[in-house]
Amino acid sequence: MSTRRGLSGYLLLLPGGVWLALFFVVPTVTLVATSLYDPSGSLQLGYQMTGHVQNYADSLQAYSPQLVRSFVYAGTATVACMLLGFPLAYAIAFKAGRWKNLMLVAVIAPFFTSFLVRTLSWQYILGDNEPLVSFLRTIQVLGPEGHLLATPFAVVTGLTYNFLPFMVLPLYASLEKIDHRVLEAAADLYASPFTAFRTVTLRLAMPGLVAGTLLTFIPSAGDYINSELLGNPRTRMVGNEIQDLFAAGDYPTASALSVTLMAAIVVLVFVYVRRAGTEELL
Amino acid sequence: MSTAAPTSGPTSGPTSGPTSGPSSTRAAARRRRGPVRWLADHLVLVLGLLVLLYMSVPVLVVMLMSFNDPASRNSYSFDGFTTGNWTDICGPYQLCESLVRSLQIGLLATAAATLLGTLMAFAMVRHRFRGRSAANLLIFLPMATPEVVMGSSLLALFVNAGAAGFLGFWTIWIAHVLFCLSFVVVTVKARLAGLDPRLEQAAMDLYANEWQTFWRVSFPLVFPGILAAALLSFSLSFDDFIITNLNAGQEVTFPMFVWGAAQRGIPPQINVVGTIMFLVAMTVVLVGELGSRRRAGR
Repeated sequence: MSTRRGLSGYLLLLPGGVWLALFFVVPTVTLVATSLYDPSGSLQLGYQMTGHVQNYADSLQAYSPQLVRSFVYAGTATVACMLLGFPLAYAIAFKAGRWKNLMLVAVIAPFFTSFLVRTLSWQYILGDNEPLVSFLRTIQVLGPEGHLLATPFAVVTGLTYNFLPFMVLPLYASLEKIDHRVLEAAADLYASPFTAFRTVTLRLAMPGLVAGTLLTFIPSAGDYINSELLGNPRTRMVGNEIQDLFAAGDYPTASALSVTLMAAIVVLVFVYVRRAGTEELL
Repeated sequence: MSTAAPTSGPTSGPTSGPTSGPSSTRAAARRRRGPVRWLADHLVLVLGLLVLLYMSVPVLVVMLMSFNDPASRNSYSFDGFTTGNWTDICGPYQLCESLVRSLQIGLLATAAATLLGTLMAFAMVRHRFRGRSAANLLIFLPMATPEVVMGSSLLALFVNAGAAGFLGFWTIWIAHVLFCLSFVVVTVKARLAGLDPRLEQAAMDLYANEWQTFWRVSFPLVFPGILAAALLSFSLSFDDFIITNLNAGQEVTFPMFVWGAAQRGIPPQINVVGTIMFLVAMTVVLVGELGSRRRAGR
Protein backbone atom coordinates (compact mmCIF):
# COMPACT_ATOMS: atom_id res chain seq x y z
CA MET A 1 0.00 0.00 0.00
CA SER A 2 1.10 3.53 -0.57
CA THR A 3 -0.49 4.80 2.61
CA ARG A 4 2.27 6.26 4.71
CA ARG A 5 2.79 6.39 8.43
CA GLY A 6 4.42 9.21 10.31
CA LEU A 7 3.87 12.82 11.06
CA SER A 8 2.99 14.16 7.62
CA GLY A 9 -0.58 12.86 7.91
CA TYR A 10 -1.10 14.96 11.02
CA LEU A 11 0.53 17.98 9.41
CA LEU A 12 -1.83 17.80 6.43
CA LEU A 13 -4.78 17.41 8.75
CA LEU A 14 -3.75 20.19 11.10
CA PRO A 15 -4.98 23.42 9.44
CA GLY A 16 -8.44 22.09 8.56
CA GLY A 17 -8.67 20.24 11.86
CA VAL A 18 -7.89 23.42 13.79
CA TRP A 19 -10.60 25.21 11.81
CA LEU A 20 -13.16 22.52 12.58
CA ALA A 21 -12.16 22.42 16.25
CA LEU A 22 -12.21 26.21 16.67
CA PHE A 23 -15.37 26.93 14.70
CA PHE A 24 -17.38 23.74 15.04
CA VAL A 25 -16.47 21.91 18.26
CA VAL A 26 -15.89 24.97 20.44
CA PRO A 27 -19.10 26.68 19.21
CA THR A 28 -21.12 23.55 19.89
CA VAL A 29 -19.81 23.50 23.46
CA THR A 30 -20.49 27.24 23.72
CA LEU A 31 -24.02 26.70 22.45
CA VAL A 32 -24.69 24.15 25.18
CA ALA A 33 -23.15 26.50 27.75
CA THR A 34 -25.23 29.42 26.50
CA SER A 35 -28.37 27.32 26.80
CA LEU A 36 -27.66 27.10 30.54
CA TYR A 37 -27.09 30.83 31.13
CA ASP A 38 -29.38 32.78 33.36
CA PRO A 39 -32.02 34.24 31.03
CA SER A 40 -32.15 37.52 32.95
CA GLY A 41 -28.84 38.59 31.38
CA SER A 42 -28.49 40.44 28.10
CA LEU A 43 -25.91 41.13 25.44
CA GLN A 44 -25.08 44.49 27.04
CA LEU A 45 -24.97 43.34 30.67
CA GLY A 46 -23.46 39.93 30.00
CA TYR A 47 -24.75 36.56 31.08
CA GLN A 48 -24.40 34.60 34.31
CA MET A 49 -23.58 30.92 34.07
CA THR A 50 -25.99 29.48 36.60
CA GLY A 51 -26.69 26.06 35.10
CA HIS A 52 -30.21 27.22 34.39
CA VAL A 53 -31.70 23.95 33.11
CA GLN A 54 -35.10 25.62 33.32
CA ASN A 55 -34.37 27.18 29.89
CA TYR A 56 -35.06 23.81 28.33
CA ALA A 57 -38.39 23.36 30.08
CA ASP A 58 -39.38 26.94 29.24
CA SER A 59 -38.45 26.71 25.58
CA LEU A 60 -40.14 23.33 25.22
CA GLN A 61 -43.28 24.63 26.82
CA ALA A 62 -43.36 27.65 24.58
CA TYR A 63 -42.23 26.07 21.32
CA SER A 64 -43.08 22.37 21.32
CA PRO A 65 -45.80 22.87 18.66
CA GLN A 66 -43.19 24.36 16.32
CA LEU A 67 -40.74 21.59 17.17
CA VAL A 68 -43.28 18.87 16.46
CA ARG A 69 -44.38 20.67 13.29
CA SER A 70 -40.79 20.80 12.04
CA PHE A 71 -40.46 17.03 12.30
CA VAL A 72 -43.88 16.38 10.77
CA TYR A 73 -43.17 18.68 7.82
CA ALA A 74 -39.63 17.37 7.36
CA GLY A 75 -40.88 13.77 7.56
CA THR A 76 -43.66 14.40 5.05
CA ALA A 77 -41.25 16.16 2.70
CA THR A 78 -38.78 13.29 3.02
CA VAL A 79 -41.44 10.70 2.13
CA ALA A 80 -42.54 12.89 -0.80
CA CYS A 81 -38.90 13.12 -1.93
CA MET A 82 -38.68 9.31 -1.84
CA LEU A 83 -41.85 8.92 -3.91
CA LEU A 84 -40.70 11.48 -6.47
CA GLY A 85 -37.00 10.71 -6.29
CA PHE A 86 -37.09 6.93 -6.66
CA PRO A 87 -38.72 6.79 -10.13
CA LEU A 88 -36.43 9.60 -11.29
CA ALA A 89 -33.25 7.98 -9.94
CA TYR A 90 -34.40 4.62 -11.34
CA ALA A 91 -35.12 6.11 -14.76
CA ILE A 92 -31.71 7.81 -14.87
CA ALA A 93 -29.83 4.71 -13.74
CA PHE A 94 -31.62 2.11 -15.90
CA LYS A 95 -33.67 3.79 -18.62
CA ALA A 96 -31.87 6.93 -19.69
CA GLY A 97 -29.24 5.34 -21.91
CA ARG A 98 -27.11 7.99 -23.54
CA TRP A 99 -29.26 10.74 -21.99
CA LYS A 100 -27.95 9.82 -18.53
CA ASN A 101 -25.52 12.73 -18.14
CA LEU A 102 -28.03 15.21 -19.47
CA MET A 103 -30.67 14.04 -16.99
CA LEU A 104 -28.17 14.25 -14.13
CA VAL A 105 -27.34 17.82 -15.11
CA ALA A 106 -31.08 18.55 -15.20
CA VAL A 107 -31.34 17.30 -11.61
CA ILE A 108 -28.69 19.67 -10.28
CA ALA A 109 -29.42 22.54 -12.67
CA PRO A 110 -32.12 24.17 -10.48
CA PHE A 111 -29.48 24.41 -7.74
CA PHE A 112 -27.78 27.11 -9.70
CA THR A 113 -30.49 29.70 -9.41
CA SER A 114 -30.39 30.91 -5.84
CA PHE A 115 -32.29 28.87 -3.22
CA LEU A 116 -34.24 31.95 -2.15
CA VAL A 117 -35.06 33.06 -5.68
CA ARG A 118 -36.40 29.58 -6.50
CA THR A 119 -38.48 29.49 -3.33
CA LEU A 120 -39.88 32.89 -4.17
CA SER A 121 -40.95 31.59 -7.58
CA TRP A 122 -43.15 29.08 -5.72
CA GLN A 123 -44.99 32.08 -4.27
CA TYR A 124 -45.91 32.85 -7.85
CA ILE A 125 -46.69 29.27 -8.91
CA LEU A 126 -48.95 28.62 -5.92
CA GLY A 127 -50.44 32.14 -5.87
CA ASP A 128 -54.20 32.63 -5.69
CA ASN A 129 -54.53 34.37 -9.06
CA GLU A 130 -52.25 32.02 -10.96
CA PRO A 131 -53.18 29.23 -13.40
CA LEU A 132 -52.57 26.34 -10.97
CA VAL A 133 -55.06 27.50 -8.36
CA SER A 134 -57.62 28.50 -11.01
CA PHE A 135 -57.29 25.08 -12.60
CA LEU A 136 -57.64 23.24 -9.29
CA ARG A 137 -60.70 25.33 -8.46
CA THR A 138 -62.23 24.56 -11.85
CA ILE A 139 -61.84 20.81 -11.44
CA GLN A 140 -63.08 21.22 -7.87
CA VAL A 141 -60.00 19.81 -6.16
CA LEU A 142 -59.96 23.13 -4.35
CA GLY A 143 -63.10 24.91 -3.21
CA PRO A 144 -63.92 28.31 -4.76
CA GLU A 145 -62.16 29.95 -1.80
CA GLY A 146 -59.39 27.34 -1.61
CA HIS A 147 -55.76 28.41 -1.35
CA LEU A 148 -52.42 26.72 -1.82
CA LEU A 149 -50.11 29.50 -0.70
CA ALA A 150 -49.78 30.12 3.05
CA THR A 151 -50.82 26.56 3.86
CA PRO A 152 -48.88 23.57 5.25
CA PHE A 153 -49.15 22.11 1.73
CA ALA A 154 -47.14 25.01 0.31
CA VAL A 155 -44.43 24.66 2.97
CA VAL A 156 -44.08 20.91 2.41
CA THR A 157 -44.05 21.47 -1.37
CA GLY A 158 -41.25 23.97 -0.99
CA LEU A 159 -39.24 21.65 1.27
CA THR A 160 -39.79 18.71 -1.09
CA TYR A 161 -38.72 20.74 -4.09
CA ASN A 162 -35.65 22.25 -2.46
CA PHE A 163 -34.25 19.01 -1.06
CA LEU A 164 -35.28 16.57 -3.82
CA PRO A 165 -31.82 16.54 -5.49
CA PHE A 166 -30.32 15.39 -2.17
CA MET A 167 -32.55 12.31 -2.42
CA VAL A 168 -32.09 11.66 -6.13
CA LEU A 169 -28.29 11.80 -6.28
CA PRO A 170 -27.43 9.21 -3.57
CA LEU A 171 -30.26 6.96 -4.77
CA TYR A 172 -28.91 7.17 -8.29
CA ALA A 173 -25.39 6.39 -7.07
CA SER A 174 -26.67 3.21 -5.36
CA LEU A 175 -28.89 2.07 -8.24
CA GLU A 176 -26.13 2.73 -10.76
CA LYS A 177 -23.82 0.27 -8.99
CA ILE A 178 -26.29 -2.63 -9.20
CA ASP A 179 -24.98 -5.45 -11.36
CA HIS A 180 -27.67 -6.33 -13.90
CA ARG A 181 -26.61 -9.97 -13.77
CA VAL A 182 -27.97 -10.15 -10.21
CA LEU A 183 -31.40 -9.20 -11.54
CA GLU A 184 -31.11 -11.72 -14.34
CA ALA A 185 -30.20 -14.34 -11.75
CA ALA A 186 -33.31 -13.41 -9.76
CA ALA A 187 -35.45 -13.85 -12.87
CA ASP A 188 -33.78 -17.18 -13.64
CA LEU A 189 -34.67 -18.31 -10.14
CA TYR A 190 -38.32 -17.61 -10.92
CA ALA A 191 -38.62 -14.38 -9.01
CA SER A 192 -41.46 -12.30 -10.39
CA PRO A 193 -40.37 -8.84 -11.47
CA PHE A 194 -42.01 -7.43 -8.37
CA THR A 195 -40.25 -9.90 -6.05
CA ALA A 196 -36.97 -9.20 -7.80
CA PHE A 197 -37.52 -5.49 -7.32
CA ARG A 198 -38.41 -5.89 -3.66
CA THR A 199 -35.71 -8.38 -2.69
CA VAL A 200 -32.87 -7.31 -4.97
CA THR A 201 -33.16 -3.78 -6.34
CA LEU A 202 -34.65 -2.19 -3.25
CA ARG A 203 -32.26 -4.06 -0.94
CA LEU A 204 -29.23 -2.95 -2.93
CA ALA A 205 -30.55 0.60 -3.13
CA MET A 206 -30.86 0.84 0.67
CA PRO A 207 -27.55 2.67 1.33
CA GLY A 208 -28.60 5.35 -1.16
CA LEU A 209 -32.08 5.53 0.30
CA VAL A 210 -30.72 5.89 3.84
CA ALA A 211 -28.21 8.56 2.80
CA GLY A 212 -30.90 10.36 0.79
CA THR A 213 -33.32 10.28 3.71
CA LEU A 214 -30.76 11.83 6.05
CA LEU A 215 -29.73 14.44 3.49
CA THR A 216 -33.35 15.54 3.00
CA PHE A 217 -34.68 15.13 6.53
CA ILE A 218 -31.92 16.87 8.51
CA PRO A 219 -31.74 20.11 6.54
CA SER A 220 -35.50 20.36 6.08
CA ALA A 221 -36.10 19.94 9.83
CA GLY A 222 -33.91 22.96 10.48
CA ASP A 223 -35.05 25.02 7.49
CA TYR A 224 -37.19 28.08 8.02
CA ILE A 225 -36.99 29.73 4.62
CA ASN A 226 -39.83 27.69 3.13
CA SER A 227 -42.15 28.18 6.07
CA GLU A 228 -41.41 31.90 6.14
CA LEU A 229 -41.88 32.51 2.42
CA LEU A 230 -44.61 29.98 1.60
CA GLY A 231 -46.40 29.53 4.93
CA ASN A 232 -48.32 31.61 7.43
CA PRO A 233 -47.91 32.25 11.17
CA ARG A 234 -49.53 28.90 11.87
CA THR A 235 -46.94 26.98 9.84
CA ARG A 236 -43.90 28.30 11.70
CA MET A 237 -41.14 25.77 12.24
CA VAL A 238 -38.56 25.60 14.99
CA GLY A 239 -35.94 27.29 12.78
CA ASN A 240 -38.13 30.41 12.55
CA GLU A 241 -38.29 30.60 16.33
CA ILE A 242 -34.56 30.03 16.83
CA GLN A 243 -33.74 32.74 14.30
CA ASP A 244 -36.21 35.20 15.84
CA LEU A 245 -35.07 34.50 19.39
CA PHE A 246 -31.46 35.17 18.40
CA ALA A 247 -32.49 38.31 16.55
CA ALA A 248 -34.38 39.46 19.65
CA GLY A 249 -31.28 38.84 21.77
CA ASP A 250 -32.73 36.03 23.91
CA TYR A 251 -29.61 33.89 23.57
CA PRO A 252 -30.26 31.37 26.39
CA THR A 253 -33.74 30.35 25.15
CA ALA A 254 -32.60 30.33 21.51
CA SER A 255 -29.62 28.13 22.38
CA ALA A 256 -31.76 25.74 24.44
CA LEU A 257 -34.15 25.36 21.50
CA SER A 258 -31.24 24.84 19.10
CA VAL A 259 -29.67 22.17 21.31
CA THR A 260 -33.08 20.45 21.64
CA LEU A 261 -33.47 20.39 17.86
CA MET A 262 -30.02 18.88 17.39
CA ALA A 263 -30.58 16.31 20.14
CA ALA A 264 -33.92 15.24 18.68
CA ILE A 265 -32.33 14.87 15.23
CA VAL A 266 -29.43 12.84 16.59
CA VAL A 267 -31.83 10.46 18.37
CA LEU A 268 -34.09 10.09 15.33
CA VAL A 269 -31.16 9.52 12.98
CA PHE A 270 -29.63 6.96 15.32
CA VAL A 271 -32.87 4.99 15.62
CA TYR A 272 -33.49 5.23 11.88
CA VAL A 273 -30.00 4.10 10.86
CA ARG A 274 -30.25 1.19 13.32
CA ARG A 275 -33.57 0.08 11.92
CA ALA A 276 -32.58 0.58 8.29
CA GLY A 277 -29.69 -1.74 9.00
CA THR A 278 -26.90 0.07 7.19
CA GLU A 279 -24.62 0.72 10.11
CA GLU A 280 -21.56 1.32 8.00
CA LEU A 281 -22.96 4.80 7.41
CA LEU A 282 -22.25 6.04 10.92
CA MET B 1 -42.58 3.57 -1.57
CA SER B 2 -46.06 2.30 -2.26
CA THR B 3 -46.45 3.98 -5.62
CA ALA B 4 -42.86 3.60 -6.69
CA ALA B 5 -42.70 -0.14 -6.11
CA PRO B 6 -45.40 -1.43 -8.45
CA THR B 7 -44.57 0.92 -11.29
CA SER B 8 -40.87 0.35 -11.34
CA GLY B 9 -41.08 -3.26 -10.18
CA PRO B 10 -41.68 -5.01 -13.47
CA THR B 11 -38.84 -3.18 -15.12
CA SER B 12 -36.22 -4.58 -12.82
CA GLY B 13 -36.14 -7.92 -14.59
CA PRO B 14 -33.62 -8.69 -17.30
CA THR B 15 -34.16 -6.77 -20.47
CA SER B 16 -31.57 -8.50 -22.53
CA GLY B 17 -34.06 -10.82 -24.20
CA PRO B 18 -34.63 -14.57 -24.27
CA THR B 19 -30.95 -15.49 -24.26
CA SER B 20 -30.60 -14.63 -20.60
CA GLY B 21 -33.01 -17.35 -19.44
CA PRO B 22 -32.25 -21.02 -19.89
CA SER B 23 -35.88 -22.07 -20.17
CA SER B 24 -37.98 -21.30 -23.20
CA THR B 25 -41.20 -21.39 -21.17
CA ARG B 26 -40.06 -18.34 -19.31
CA ALA B 27 -39.07 -16.65 -22.52
CA ALA B 28 -42.60 -17.30 -23.70
CA ALA B 29 -43.99 -15.92 -20.47
CA ARG B 30 -41.85 -12.88 -20.99
CA ARG B 31 -43.21 -12.40 -24.48
CA ARG B 32 -46.73 -12.73 -23.19
CA ARG B 33 -46.07 -9.99 -20.70
CA GLY B 34 -44.65 -7.90 -23.52
CA PRO B 35 -47.13 -5.03 -23.65
CA VAL B 36 -47.23 -4.79 -19.87
CA ARG B 37 -43.46 -4.74 -19.73
CA TRP B 38 -43.27 -2.14 -22.49
CA LEU B 39 -45.71 0.07 -20.65
CA ALA B 40 -43.94 -0.42 -17.32
CA ASP B 41 -40.56 0.33 -18.88
CA HIS B 42 -41.78 3.51 -20.39
CA LEU B 43 -43.93 4.42 -17.41
CA VAL B 44 -40.84 4.75 -15.22
CA LEU B 45 -39.16 6.90 -17.81
CA VAL B 46 -42.28 9.05 -18.18
CA LEU B 47 -42.60 9.37 -14.40
CA GLY B 48 -38.93 10.34 -14.16
CA LEU B 49 -39.33 12.96 -16.87
CA LEU B 50 -42.43 14.34 -15.12
CA VAL B 51 -40.43 14.71 -11.90
CA LEU B 52 -37.70 16.49 -13.87
CA LEU B 53 -40.34 18.77 -15.32
CA TYR B 54 -41.60 19.54 -11.81
CA MET B 55 -38.04 20.37 -10.81
CA SER B 56 -37.53 22.74 -13.71
CA VAL B 57 -40.81 24.68 -13.42
CA PRO B 58 -39.52 27.16 -10.80
CA VAL B 59 -36.44 27.86 -12.91
CA LEU B 60 -38.60 28.54 -15.94
CA VAL B 61 -40.76 30.83 -13.81
CA VAL B 62 -37.64 32.71 -12.64
CA MET B 63 -36.59 33.18 -16.28
CA LEU B 64 -40.07 34.34 -17.28
CA MET B 65 -40.33 36.74 -14.35
CA SER B 66 -36.98 38.30 -15.27
CA PHE B 67 -38.89 39.90 -18.15
CA ASN B 68 -41.80 41.00 -15.99
CA ASP B 69 -42.87 44.62 -15.83
CA PRO B 70 -44.71 44.60 -12.49
CA ALA B 71 -47.63 47.00 -12.03
CA SER B 72 -46.76 47.61 -8.38
CA ARG B 73 -44.15 46.71 -5.79
CA ASN B 74 -46.22 43.91 -4.36
CA SER B 75 -47.40 42.48 -7.65
CA TYR B 76 -46.69 38.77 -8.01
CA SER B 77 -48.34 38.41 -11.40
CA PHE B 78 -46.88 38.82 -14.87
CA ASP B 79 -48.11 42.29 -15.78
CA GLY B 80 -46.19 43.03 -18.95
CA PHE B 81 -43.08 42.21 -20.96
CA THR B 82 -39.96 44.30 -20.66
CA THR B 83 -36.24 43.88 -21.12
CA GLY B 84 -35.68 46.81 -18.79
CA ASN B 85 -34.74 44.59 -15.84
CA TRP B 86 -31.86 43.16 -17.83
CA THR B 87 -30.45 46.58 -18.70
CA ASP B 88 -30.95 47.94 -15.18
CA ILE B 89 -29.79 45.13 -12.91
CA CYS B 90 -28.26 47.50 -10.38
CA GLY B 91 -31.42 49.61 -10.20
CA PRO B 92 -32.71 48.41 -6.83
CA TYR B 93 -30.83 49.97 -3.93
CA GLN B 94 -27.99 47.75 -2.65
CA LEU B 95 -28.64 44.86 -5.05
CA CYS B 96 -25.30 45.05 -6.83
CA GLU B 97 -23.43 45.89 -3.61
CA SER B 98 -24.83 42.69 -2.09
CA LEU B 99 -23.88 40.72 -5.21
CA VAL B 100 -20.31 41.99 -5.05
CA ARG B 101 -20.18 41.14 -1.34
CA SER B 102 -21.39 37.58 -2.05
CA LEU B 103 -18.82 37.18 -4.83
CA GLN B 104 -15.99 38.37 -2.57
CA ILE B 105 -16.99 36.12 0.30
CA GLY B 106 -17.59 33.21 -2.09
CA LEU B 107 -14.14 33.52 -3.67
CA LEU B 108 -12.27 33.93 -0.37
CA ALA B 109 -14.21 31.12 1.32
CA THR B 110 -13.70 28.83 -1.68
CA ALA B 111 -9.95 29.50 -1.69
CA ALA B 112 -9.54 28.72 2.00
CA ALA B 113 -11.92 25.76 2.12
CA THR B 114 -10.44 24.17 -1.01
CA LEU B 115 -6.88 24.51 0.30
CA LEU B 116 -7.62 23.18 3.79
CA GLY B 117 -10.01 20.50 2.56
CA THR B 118 -7.63 19.17 -0.11
CA LEU B 119 -4.84 18.81 2.45
CA MET B 120 -7.23 16.93 4.74
CA ALA B 121 -8.39 14.65 1.93
CA PHE B 122 -4.76 13.72 1.12
CA ALA B 123 -4.16 13.00 4.79
CA MET B 124 -7.26 10.80 5.04
CA VAL B 125 -6.63 8.76 1.88
CA ARG B 126 -2.84 8.59 1.60
CA HIS B 127 -1.78 8.42 5.24
CA ARG B 128 -2.28 6.03 8.12
CA PHE B 129 -2.39 7.54 11.58
CA ARG B 130 -4.04 7.19 14.95
CA GLY B 131 -7.33 9.00 15.39
CA ARG B 132 -8.45 8.53 11.79
CA SER B 133 -11.98 7.59 12.75
CA ALA B 134 -12.22 10.58 15.09
CA ALA B 135 -11.05 12.78 12.20
CA ASN B 136 -13.65 11.18 9.93
CA LEU B 137 -16.39 11.93 12.44
CA LEU B 138 -15.21 15.52 12.82
CA ILE B 139 -15.39 15.96 9.05
CA PHE B 140 -18.78 14.24 8.74
CA LEU B 141 -20.61 15.99 11.59
CA PRO B 142 -20.82 19.52 10.15
CA MET B 143 -22.66 18.10 7.14
CA ALA B 144 -25.17 16.42 9.45
CA THR B 145 -25.85 19.55 11.48
CA PRO B 146 -28.89 21.62 10.50
CA GLU B 147 -27.80 25.03 9.28
CA VAL B 148 -29.71 26.87 11.97
CA VAL B 149 -27.90 24.91 14.69
CA MET B 150 -24.48 25.48 13.11
CA GLY B 151 -25.22 29.16 12.59
CA SER B 152 -26.51 29.65 16.10
CA SER B 153 -23.57 27.86 17.72
CA LEU B 154 -21.11 30.07 15.83
CA LEU B 155 -23.09 33.10 16.90
CA ALA B 156 -23.02 31.86 20.50
CA LEU B 157 -19.23 31.58 20.20
CA PHE B 158 -18.77 35.06 18.72
CA VAL B 159 -21.04 36.62 21.31
CA ASN B 160 -19.32 34.85 24.19
CA ALA B 161 -15.93 35.85 22.83
CA GLY B 162 -17.10 39.46 23.03
CA ALA B 163 -17.06 39.78 19.23
CA ALA B 164 -20.73 40.66 18.83
CA GLY B 165 -19.69 44.09 17.59
CA PHE B 166 -17.38 42.60 14.95
CA LEU B 167 -20.03 40.53 13.17
CA GLY B 168 -19.73 41.13 9.46
CA PHE B 169 -17.57 40.21 6.51
CA TRP B 170 -14.99 38.12 8.34
CA THR B 171 -17.41 36.24 10.60
CA ILE B 172 -19.41 35.32 7.48
CA TRP B 173 -16.17 34.19 5.86
CA ILE B 174 -15.25 32.00 8.86
CA ALA B 175 -18.69 30.39 8.78
CA HIS B 176 -18.59 29.76 5.03
CA VAL B 177 -15.12 28.17 5.13
CA LEU B 178 -16.45 25.95 7.91
CA PHE B 179 -19.46 24.56 6.10
CA CYS B 180 -17.68 24.25 2.75
CA LEU B 181 -14.73 22.40 4.28
CA SER B 182 -16.45 19.04 4.82
CA PHE B 183 -17.89 19.04 1.30
CA VAL B 184 -14.42 19.72 -0.15
CA VAL B 185 -12.90 16.84 1.83
CA VAL B 186 -15.61 14.42 0.71
CA THR B 187 -15.39 15.47 -2.96
CA VAL B 188 -11.58 15.38 -3.19
CA LYS B 189 -11.45 12.13 -1.19
CA ALA B 190 -13.77 10.47 -3.69
CA ARG B 191 -11.49 11.44 -6.58
CA LEU B 192 -8.32 10.50 -4.70
CA ALA B 193 -9.69 7.11 -3.63
CA GLY B 194 -10.34 6.28 -7.30
CA LEU B 195 -6.68 6.87 -8.26
CA ASP B 196 -4.24 4.03 -8.55
CA PRO B 197 -1.57 4.61 -5.85
CA ARG B 198 0.90 2.74 -8.04
CA LEU B 199 1.15 5.82 -10.26
CA GLU B 200 2.72 7.66 -7.34
CA GLN B 201 4.94 4.67 -6.53
CA ALA B 202 6.11 4.61 -10.12
CA ALA B 203 7.08 8.27 -9.91
CA MET B 204 9.04 7.59 -6.72
CA ASP B 205 10.75 4.61 -8.36
CA LEU B 206 11.82 6.95 -11.13
CA TYR B 207 13.59 9.08 -8.51
CA ALA B 208 10.99 11.81 -8.17
CA ASN B 209 11.02 13.20 -4.63
CA GLU B 210 7.77 13.65 -2.68
CA TRP B 211 7.39 17.23 -3.84
CA GLN B 212 7.86 16.36 -7.53
CA THR B 213 5.58 13.35 -7.21
CA PHE B 214 2.89 15.55 -5.79
CA TRP B 215 3.09 18.37 -8.35
CA ARG B 216 3.82 16.26 -11.43
CA VAL B 217 1.63 13.21 -10.74
CA SER B 218 -0.84 13.41 -7.86
CA PHE B 219 -2.00 16.98 -8.25
CA PRO B 220 -2.79 16.90 -11.99
CA LEU B 221 -4.71 13.64 -11.53
CA VAL B 222 -6.70 14.92 -8.55
CA PHE B 223 -7.23 18.35 -10.09
CA PRO B 224 -10.71 17.64 -11.56
CA GLY B 225 -11.86 16.64 -8.06
CA ILE B 226 -10.37 19.80 -6.57
CA LEU B 227 -12.04 21.90 -9.26
CA ALA B 228 -15.39 20.24 -8.61
CA ALA B 229 -14.94 20.84 -4.87
CA ALA B 230 -14.13 24.50 -5.50
CA LEU B 231 -17.22 24.99 -7.68
CA LEU B 232 -19.36 23.26 -5.08
CA SER B 233 -17.89 25.47 -2.33
CA PHE B 234 -18.52 28.60 -4.29
CA SER B 235 -22.14 27.73 -5.00
CA LEU B 236 -22.74 26.69 -1.37
CA SER B 237 -21.23 29.93 -0.14
CA PHE B 238 -22.98 32.10 -2.70
CA ASP B 239 -26.34 30.53 -1.90
CA ASP B 240 -26.22 30.34 1.88
CA PHE B 241 -28.75 32.31 3.83
CA ILE B 242 -29.45 30.74 7.23
CA ILE B 243 -25.90 30.61 8.65
CA THR B 244 -24.98 33.92 7.02
CA ASN B 245 -28.00 35.72 8.41
CA LEU B 246 -27.13 34.68 11.95
CA ASN B 247 -23.51 35.83 11.69
CA ALA B 248 -23.70 38.82 9.37
CA GLY B 249 -24.21 41.78 11.69
CA GLN B 250 -24.89 44.70 9.36
CA GLU B 251 -23.35 43.10 6.28
CA VAL B 252 -25.76 42.26 3.42
CA THR B 253 -25.07 39.38 1.02
CA PHE B 254 -27.18 38.61 -2.05
CA PRO B 255 -29.39 35.97 -0.34
CA MET B 256 -29.91 38.43 2.53
CA PHE B 257 -30.88 41.11 0.03
CA VAL B 258 -33.43 38.73 -1.49
CA TRP B 259 -34.76 37.90 1.96
CA GLY B 260 -35.17 41.57 2.82
CA ALA B 261 -36.77 42.27 -0.54
CA ALA B 262 -39.24 39.43 0.00
CA GLN B 263 -40.69 41.38 2.91
CA ARG B 264 -40.92 44.67 0.99
CA GLY B 265 -41.87 43.56 -2.50
CA ILE B 266 -39.53 41.75 -4.84
CA PRO B 267 -37.79 43.74 -7.58
CA PRO B 268 -37.83 41.71 -10.83
CA GLN B 269 -34.07 42.22 -11.12
CA ILE B 270 -33.69 39.43 -8.57
CA ASN B 271 -34.98 37.05 -11.22
CA VAL B 272 -32.47 38.45 -13.71
CA VAL B 273 -29.66 37.62 -11.31
CA GLY B 274 -31.14 34.13 -10.77
CA THR B 275 -31.28 33.58 -14.52
CA ILE B 276 -27.72 34.82 -15.05
CA MET B 277 -26.43 32.56 -12.28
CA PHE B 278 -28.21 29.62 -13.90
CA LEU B 279 -26.79 30.41 -17.36
CA VAL B 280 -23.24 30.93 -16.05
CA ALA B 281 -23.33 27.66 -14.09
CA MET B 282 -24.74 25.73 -17.05
CA THR B 283 -22.00 27.14 -19.27
CA VAL B 284 -19.35 26.03 -16.78
CA VAL B 285 -20.89 22.53 -16.60
CA LEU B 286 -21.18 22.18 -20.38
CA VAL B 287 -17.64 23.45 -21.00
CA GLY B 288 -16.37 21.01 -18.38
CA GLU B 289 -18.31 18.16 -19.96
CA LEU B 290 -17.01 18.98 -23.44
CA GLY B 291 -13.49 19.36 -22.08
CA SER B 292 -13.54 15.95 -20.42
CA ARG B 293 -14.96 14.35 -23.58
CA ARG B 294 -12.18 15.89 -25.66
CA ARG B 295 -9.52 14.70 -23.19
CA ALA B 296 -11.06 11.25 -23.30
CA GLY B 297 -10.37 11.36 -27.05
CA ARG B 298 -13.95 11.03 -28.17
